[in-house]
Amino acid sequence: MYTFLGIDYASWWFLVIGATFTGYAILDGFDLGAGAIHLFLNKEESRRLALNAIGPVWDGNEVWLVIGGGALFAGFPKVYAAAFSAFYIPFMLFLTALIFRAISIEFRSKEPWTWWRNWWDVSYCVSSIVVTLTLGLTLGNILKGLPIDEQGNYQGTTLDFLNPFSLMVSITTLSLFMMHGAIYLVMKTENRLYAKLTIIVKNTTIFFVLCILLLSFYTLLYIPHLSHRIKLNPWLFFVPVAMVLVMANITRSISKRKYRFAFISSAIIISLLLIIVAVELYPNLMLSSLDPRYNLTVQNAASSPKSLGIMLTVAAIGVPLVAIYTTFVFWTFKGKVKLDEMSY
Amino acid sequence: MLPFLFNPSRPMDVEILARIQFAFTIAFHYIYPPLSIGLGVNMVIMEGLYLKTGKPIYEQMARFFTRIFALIFGIGVATGIVMEFEFGTNWATYSKYVGDVFGSALAAEGIFAFALESGFLGVLLFGWNRVSPKVHFFSTVMVTLGSMFSAIWIVVANSWQQTPAGYHVVGTGLNARAEITDFWEMVFNPSSVERMLHVWLGAFLSGAFLVISISAYYLLKKRHVEFAKKSFTIGLVVALIASYAQLFSGHEAATVVSEYQPAKLAAMEGHFDSSAKADMYLFGYIDKKNEQTHGLAIPGGLSFLTHFDFKAPVTGLKSFKPEDRPQALNIVFQSYHIMITCGMLMIALTTVGVILLRRKKLFEKRWLMMVFAWSVFLPQIANQVGWYTAETGRQPWVVYGLLRTSDALSQAVKANQVLFSLLLFMFVYLFLFTLFVFLLNRKIQHGPGFHHDNDESEGHSPHLEEMAENFG
Repeated sequence: MYTFLGIDYASWWFLVIGATFTGYAILDGFDLGAGAIHLFLNKEESRRLALNAIGPVWDGNEVWLVIGGGALFAGFPKVYAAAFSAFYIPFMLFLTALIFRAISIEFRSKEPWTWWRNWWDVSYCVSSIVVTLTLGLTLGNILKGLPIDEQGNYQGTTLDFLNPFSLMVSITTLSLFMMHGAIYLVMKTENRLYAKLTIIVKNTTIFFVLCILLLSFYTLLYIPHLSHRIKLNPWLFFVPVAMVLVMANITRSISKRKYRFAFISSAIIISLLLIIVAVELYPNLMLSSLDPRYNLTVQNAASSPKSLGIMLTVAAIGVPLVAIYTTFVFWTFKGKVKLDEMSY
Repeated sequence: MLPFLFNPSRPMDVEILARIQFAFTIAFHYIYPPLSIGLGVNMVIMEGLYLKTGKPIYEQMARFFTRIFALIFGIGVATGIVMEFEFGTNWATYSKYVGDVFGSALAAEGIFAFALESGFLGVLLFGWNRVSPKVHFFSTVMVTLGSMFSAIWIVVANSWQQTPAGYHVVGTGLNARAEITDFWEMVFNPSSVERMLHVWLGAFLSGAFLVISISAYYLLKKRHVEFAKKSFTIGLVVALIASYAQLFSGHEAATVVSEYQPAKLAAMEGHFDSSAKADMYLFGYIDKKNEQTHGLAIPGGLSFLTHFDFKAPVTGLKSFKPEDRPQALNIVFQSYHIMITCGMLMIALTTVGVILLRRKKLFEKRWLMMVFAWSVFLPQIANQVGWYTAETGRQPWVVYGLLRTSDALSQAVKANQVLFSLLLFMFVYLFLFTLFVFLLNRKIQHGPGFHHDNDESEGHSPHLEEMAENFG
């Protein structure tokens, strides 16, 4: 049996994917959120500063999505194939939004014309929102379960994705990223823009608290399989407890204007939410709403242990390297954002 | 062409649409990564010269081409993510089949290559005033290396589809899939090294010819003359080395094809009869119906290249059942010959360029500068048609000899979905390309001088003085 520290390779890879998507949500989450609140900033200079606050890092952040997608393709090809062909239309919209977002950031500063910059500001904001909503919609449908048959082929229609639960997950993701992004921006700015952002931080935080409360009630009432494991293992209740405490710490840090702590706390919130997702899903990766026997699980959807072993080796060598130079890049651009001649 | 696209009832349509979509999105994507790699190499040389000599003109050069690089890189990443998703959305059966084998290559690509290039990209673009010149140079090298590493893993994956190795097949029918048995055998499958070099050299050429083309344009317009002459020279040297190296690398790649994919080789030269010697065409066309090829040929040329004997027989298309032959024979044939023609033209151009440069006459020849200004399309065309040859010649297989393209589709996806996304991508990419050309042109028109879109921040006067000195 291929195991490491008593855990089989496929489960290790489940953890790797979980960690990658968590890293993605924390990192790209703040620049997507910054995009989502972009139009709340009115002045040209504010918008430029906000854009340059994420400028040097957004592309590196987005790579985590590429790595996450690749990790899914590599470790669980059946899940990759089933999910991507099922989410066909949402994913195409997601890709289009991702393209528009990348070029909005890149192209906005290339011309000084007002109409040009306004157009890319709108495009940047709308595409950030669409990317976030489609990510949330996907997560919601994965959690709820999809009509997939024994071959892993999707049997529903595109409209099936728009169910109340998934829409709520979608909106909650947006509110979470908006809060996360606003806190990041306030950390990176000063003076008038800083003052303006402190208000946005408060409003987005209230928005998130409302969304997560509603979503929690809805889940407990109507989607019982998502609290099943915590119900059976009361010690896991520490996760929701931790979440409430960290949430309290966000509001506390905000009122004390200690935005770095608030940012760390919102990153922990993202991690805890995804830990709940992992705890409740495992060992399933995709739930079939047609028949539980068709569920794609860590065991029946995994690549061969040989392949997983190689990939775990690659990850073990590569992840510390990535961590080192990601830290280097963030350290290079630490502190409040300043515009210079190379800025967007 | 369009009417047959609008018949959503037959599964055949899904296949055609998915293939058109893949061809379209990958061909568009492939304009950009080779430019990034090639431009990166040129930028490393420029910035290296700046570090070595301390001459500000090399810094100007590095900064100018970095701005062009940023434009190209952004579109490359955005259109690349589409490719990763498309495997899953349109080619789910293929994804299940190859996932186990490709997994490790993709994991390595993501972690070693993408993270490297995108991480350091921030420093490359925005770090000029934040890190020392040495650290900045290091970042430029890392971004370039990162983009070259990405090419390694994706070419390894594609080469495995051409010449599978280091795997065994598990399961049957819809559940069949290839499982990896030996990582290094998979990585160093029979065609990966040769094709890797071929792709890298093609990328160097596209970057170098972009530098040459922009410089030639400035020389024609008598703008930024010193700058243009120096950049031209750097680009020309890179292009000269790469175009000659490409001759050998191309031959090596073709030798591998002759050994492992004889049907593709036969299609490339329109060779049908296995008992006969094979000619090498300079140009021509394939008469598919009568199984004949017409055109101007070196008799026995292909026999000589594969067996060093003008009379040796070469496996022809007739040795393969009709359903196992590439269907689009003329596309394979013409693409291949256009690629060779472009390659030869690049060799001729760079050779003439270097000879005249040695005689100090190059920059005075206006007609030649005109040719060089347009030459940017040569490597682009060669890269495109080279891949058409490789991919169309591999048909009807998606994994050579193992999985047919028609079996590789997503079972759950409907024709109208693929059509919708195809039209969507066509629209978006057309918009993207228009913007790209517009902005590239603006950047070129603006020239290597200072970037003045930031009215609020103060320009750095030492740089302006430098510029004044250099461009007077």
